[in-house]
Amino acid sequence: MTIRFTPSVVTANDLLSGDVIYLTPHGNWSRIHTDAALFTEQLAAEAALSAAQAQPDQIVGAYLAPARHGPNGPEPAHFREVFRARGPSNYPHGKQADNMC
Amino acid sequence: MYTYSEFDRDFLATRNAQFRAQVERRISGALTEDEFKPLRLMNGLYLQLHAYMLRVAIPYGTLNSAQMRQLAMIADRWDKGYGHFTTRQNIQFNWPKLRDVPDILDALAEVGMHAIQTSGNCVRNVTADHFAGAAADEIADPRPAAELLRQWSTDHPEFQFLPRKFKIAITGSPRDRAVTQAHDIGLRMVLRNGQRGFEVIIGGGLGRTPVIGKVLAEFIPEADLLPYIEAILSTYNSFGRRDNKYKARIKIMVNELGLEEVRARVERRFDSLRSEWGGADKAVLAHFRRQFSPPAFRVVPTQAYHIAYENDPVFRSFADTNLAAHWQDGYSIVTISLKAHGATPGDATSDQMRVIADLAERFGHDELRISHEQNVILPHVHKSDLPALHAALQEAGLATANVGLISDIIACPGMDYCALATARSIPVAQEIAQAFAAREHDIGGLKIKISGCINACGHHHVGHIGILGLDRAGVENYQITLGGDATEAAALGERAGPGFAYDQIVPAIARVIDTYLELRRDPHEQFIQVFHRLGAQPFKDALYQTGARANAA
Repeated sequence: MTIRFTPSVVTANDLLSGDVIYLTPHGNWSRIHTDAALFTEQLAAEAALSAAQAQPDQIVGAYLAPARHGPNGPEPAHFREVFRARGPSNYPHGKQADNMC
Repeated sequence: MYTYSEFDRDFLATRNAQFRAQVERRISGALTEDEFKPLRLMNGLYLQLHAYMLRVAIPYGTLNSAQMRQLAMIADRWDKGYGHFTTRQNIQFNWPKLRDVPDILDALAEVGMHAIQTSGNCVRNVTADHFAGAAADEIADPRPAAELLRQWSTDHPEFQFLPRKFKIAITGSPRDRAVTQAHDIGLRMVLRNGQRGFEVIIGGGLGRTPVIGKVLAEFIPEADLLPYIEAILSTYNSFGRRDNKYKARIKIMVNELGLEEVRARVERRFDSLRSEWGGADKAVLAHFRRQFSPPAFRVVPTQAYHIAYENDPVFRSFADTNLAAHWQDGYSIVTISLKAHGATPGDATSDQMRVIADLAERFGHDELRISHEQNVILPHVHKSDLPALHAALQEAGLATANVGLISDIIACPGMDYCALATARSIPVAQEIAQAFAAREHDIGGLKIKISGCINACGHHHVGHIGILGLDRAGVENYQITLGGDATEAAALGERAGPGFAYDQIVPAIARVIDTYLELRRDPHEQFIQVFHRLGAQPFKDALYQTGARANAA
């Protein structure tokens, strides 16, 4: 039995600001989840992750985060990633303050 | 309080300069994240969900007004205008930028503060009774010993890479307000034949393997404290497991070796260490004791307090919940609640910090304390000043009269900030506080403690009602524990049963509270007393709507 790959985006934190960032289809980084490239195949996702991890002077802690298609682009598929894509729930800080979500 | 010496200032300046260079090398790419991470952690810098987080130590919870104002300045200049006080008497800034952190550390150093050893596998911030030096029931101020432990453990070459983090708490009172039994080492001052010493408790801790600490030594004379603690650390450092981080805390060593064997090993080590110290520690402790001498208390009438208490019901309510007995006649200990209903537990805005600093200067002999319960304390306020202090707190929105009540909740940052969290804590605390605000004085003393993962920073195991947020198949789920106790009668709560969904946790707590109100003999019988009288069953029945009552319905 093969374990089915969960569609994912490559996410990390920006080295200088610490902000959550996503790898886009153009290979650069965006602060907005819907800009992310959604990988549906494991090999492509892992290759993108490896490429991201080779940029230690820009990013910290890259990993694959589960996501799904949405009307405006990929959307987070787990509540942890929803918070990362939005900001904390007790104050209007983070991305939600900058209309980044 | 302790004032930094020239040696301390030089040490900190050197250390901060080192970290500044490390940050520069990280930004230039000369250091990888793997290389940089242990360096930043040793300086209190974490990377959380949305940003970096800087954890600053408030040794044994003691601050003065200048330090509080500096924290406010840092919050405004480099963060988002607030700080979060934690269950280990630290303050966390949730939004610093990497490039700014060296400047923040320099600003902290200006007021004798730092973030060293607030992370990493080392001796963390030594915590103490937040009423230390003021409590009526205290044998003596434990902070000179805490300062001794702090200086000894800071940058101690032998103990920078312990098997795991190491937490020490100390109290000078028989009533335990420092949760000493849930620390790697808990120290409780005791008197024997008129001589001061400490009962040494070892191997307590919460987290994934909660354990109530065990008494390793019933009495260690104060003069032998440091060699004895060094003997414990040294034994742990040699034996403690480094192969599995979940088995690396000292509580696991105590479990695996047995208390007797640990005691024998510590005693052997102690015998050889004791003579090596040659009395230097005793001289330093005596010096520290002078630095912690009490303020110049005033002797003036207290009628203003009594008049306000009789005539002002709002003041009376505040006095009944937020004041504690001081050893000095005419004085009170005032707790300023950082738990306004609906607010984030432990958060203070920079404006609030400045108000508190001003009040400490005006009414409180310039002393402040941060409690592990995430409140701020003015330890020395003359009773005649209490009405004016209360009025000033009201004006600043800091007069919430709820200390020790259901809305005085401990909550970790949870998944709103923390990278380790499995669920949110803060909104659960906010909702509980709001749901019960109107009847909390009727409900009476009750400790709710909330953690957003099994690491238990929110101390849920020792809450009368504990709430643990978990990720169950991609959904937030909250387990309830009942009957925990964080005092000298420390106890771990009993898990009630299956968890509750996010939108069901407040109604579940309401069923527990309603059951308590039905079952108590009179309003003086507190929740925990009813729990001890009747056990968990009636509350479980209410939570899961089982048992006779549900069947009859």
